[in-house]
Amino acid sequence: MDSVRSDREGSGQRVPLALKILIAGGFGAGKTTLVSALSEVRPLQTEEILTGAGVGTDDLSGVEQKSTTTVAMDFGRITINDDLQVYLFGTPGQDRFWFLWDELAFGALGAVVLADTRRLADCFPSIDYFEQRGIPFVVGVNCFDGARRFGLESVRDALDLDPGVPLVLCDARDRQSAKLVLISLVEHVARQRGEPVPVA
Amino acid sequence: MRAESPGPQHEWLDAAAGPVVRPYTLTGGRVRPAVDGFDLVAFVLAAPAADASGQPGLQPEHRQLVELARRPVAVADLAADLDLAVGVVRVLLGDLLARGLVAVHQPPTAAHLPDDNILKAVVNGLRAL
Repeated sequence: MDSVRSDREGSGQRVPLALKILIAGGFGAGKTTLVSALSEVRPLQTEEILTGAGVGTDDLSGVEQKSTTTVAMDFGRITINDDLQVYLFGTPGQDRFWFLWDELAFGALGAVVLADTRRLADCFPSIDYFEQRGIPFVVGVNCFDGARRFGLESVRDALDLDPGVPLVLCDARDRQSAKLVLISLVEHVARQRGEPVPVA
Repeated sequence: MRAESPGPQHEWLDAAAGPVVRPYTLTGGRVRPAVDGFDLVAFVLAAPAADASGQPGLQPEHRQLVELARRPVAVADLAADLDLAVGVVRVLLGDLLARGLVAVHQPPTAAHLPDDNILKAVVNGLRAL
């Protein structure tokens, strides 16, 4: 337990614990939709500004001379209780924003990779990313209207997924379906630590 | 007195034209906060008697941040509430931290992931949604 976190502030306010879950997948795989379905507030958007000097240079003045680009980030919030909040962050889709992922992934509980069976290869980079960094993830196969239904096993084969990685069908628009994906992730995280969460 | 002081709304600009003020103008061109470590889910809490109004060198946005942080609020929420880029909010928060106007509570790092009880609480909370 983080003892600092449960300390009371001078103002008598408790600081909640925030858990970060990433929602990844290719462009159009349903990341924003899933965040919207789950968030208790309208999905919020914030921007991160990319600066040319942000990576690999040592700009001592801290003053930016180069051009900047803004990247929108969707996020949503689920309040579990007064002391516990889950934040969902949709990862930026473009590959050139990988370094933003590093910041998002720092301290993350885990990730949901959304797969669209019409463009399965789009989620390969996300899977590689989380595998390489040892970040627990589950794959949610978003069942789009009109998309061909594949058997889960053929999708697993196509993605060359580790047998331990949960693969679940979902409808990113549906809150109940989306929440089952998150539950499978949290249970997967617990299993990885050898502490299975008992079924309630 | 300058008569042509621009108002907050420019009807001749639409969203596609981008912000009137370039993002880091607000921070005086600084792109990095004085202190590192404002995670997106770090919580910011104003110091109990924090009063940013009398402080020279602070922008209205600094004061807004202090007001929003009267209750613990995550960095990502602050950025969304103020409609500012996260990078800009981090620089402004760094100024406030340096003046002792806010405290920052970092989330646990990966090495201190939440224990089993917390994971159970999350699963039960999600099931109840």
